[in-house]
Amino acid sequence: MDRAVDLPTTEKVKISVRDLNFFYGSFHALKRIHLDIPERKVTAFIGPSGCGKSTLLRTFNRMFELYPEQRAEGAINIDGENILKTKMDVSLIRARIGMVFQKPTPFPMSIYDNIAFGVRLFETLPRVEMDERVEWALKKAALWNEVKDKLAQSGSGLSGGQQQRLCIARGIAIKPEVLLLDEPCSALDPISTGKIEELIHELKADYTVMIVTHNMQQAARCSDYTAYMYLGDLVEFGATTDVFMKPKKKDTEDYITGRFG
Amino acid sequence: MSDKHLSTQFDAELSGISSRVLEMGGLVESQVAQALYALTQFSGDTASQVLQQEERVNRMEVEIDRDLSNIIARRQPTARDLRLLIAISKTIANLERVGDEAARIARTVQRLINTGVSSRLRLPVADLQFEAELAIAQLRKSLDAFARLDTSKALEVLKQDDQIDQEFDGLLRKLITYMMEDPRMISSSIDLVFVAKAIERVGDHAKNLAEAIIYIVKGTDVRHSSVQAVEDAVR
Repeated sequence: MDRAVDLPTTEKVKISVRDLNFFYGSFHALKRIHLDIPERKVTAFIGPSGCGKSTLLRTFNRMFELYPEQRAEGAINIDGENILKTKMDVSLIRARIGMVFQKPTPFPMSIYDNIAFGVRLFETLPRVEMDERVEWALKKAALWNEVKDKLAQSGSGLSGGQQQRLCIARGIAIKPEVLLLDEPCSALDPISTGKIEELIHELKADYTVMIVTHNMQQAARCSDYTAYMYLGDLVEFGATTDVFMKPKKKDTEDYITGRFG
Repeated sequence: MSDKHLSTQFDAELSGISSRVLEMGGLVESQVAQALYALTQFSGDTASQVLQQEERVNRMEVEIDRDLSNIIARRQPTARDLRLLIAISKTIANLERVGDEAARIARTVQRLINTGVSSRLRLPVADLQFEAELAIAQLRKSLDAFARLDTSKALEVLKQDDQIDQEFDGLLRKLITYMMEDPRMISSSIDLVFVAKAIERVGDHAKNLAEAIIYIVKGTDVRHSSVQAVEDAVR
């Protein structure tokens, strides 16, 4: 398959987006997006509010299908399969592509069950293995030490940062291939943010991570590649160091240097 | 799209620090010119003035460095803003060294005067003056280019650096001839070799400044590159 030119050929492509258009009713929110997402790397999406970055993220697991007036055209190929056209059950797609939202959304159940709930949908594990899976996910999300003595307590009793890490643990417990993070730190304090960023760095060893963020420094800190979007267009995609040090387009430079007016 | 930041305060900080760099540049430029005057006129007073100015230049370097750290800490600059600040950090170090070279020349003049060599000295001061004027012109041009972020002017500076180097080589040959002809001239000729070298270094610092300007504007690091590569980067 042809590759998007902006991605070095040394990277393995996990997701290739081709000619993707997205509509909210008659509003054209994404315009002919052409993009390759590298495997086991962190790709950040930046841009002003309304530029389409969250919309793009939500197309990757067909989250938009929950709303009848929204539709996507084009192709999102994950390992070569167009998930917009596939007959595969949408819940299986979402199992492969986990998502964490801006506000922590723990289920109203125990910390343990928050993790186990999703796993039970796809796998039937004996108790011991389920315990192991819960511990593994919580450890991966750097939360285990803080909650290991209160797994039976409600997830909503945790702090905001802990809740967000719980959601990430829940997301990775079902062992997805791709993790979508939609402003995962915007409601968190700097320490929790630091922990999540550390976590993102560790997760990319196993997962392809995509993160939408309004915090440009966060994109600079924790991503390998950065995509700048504006008014539904993908303006620039490149290695994060290039985008933040020497962007190719003046529009990108104006945005990241704070000249956007 | 406008070249101004959303934060006018940030704009003010960046333009403020750039003008202070230019102020520092103007100061060291006049230092070199004065050092040259002290040499050609054997003026001990002018030499002392050059040495006094050195302190002011050093102080400016420290102050600009402090402002740089503050801006980086508070603004987390990116892209061309970040490149500007990195380039300024290097530029002021270069300018401070230009000041050091001027002071070195001034001290040599003082020594020549103190050893009473000046009156009977028949050394190629005119050649030195020519080399120094080239170096000062280069320095001025690179500061101009910095003020306007003018890459084509910066490129001119880079292309003309060879001229100073050639002038230095010619002077060296001449001074060696002097020393061979008259061993009494050896001591003062060696002093002049160091002066010539100091002037040549001023030219090198001007060249570094010109390279920094290309880095700011184009984002390409052209140090240790061929003229052709630099021309490609500027185009």
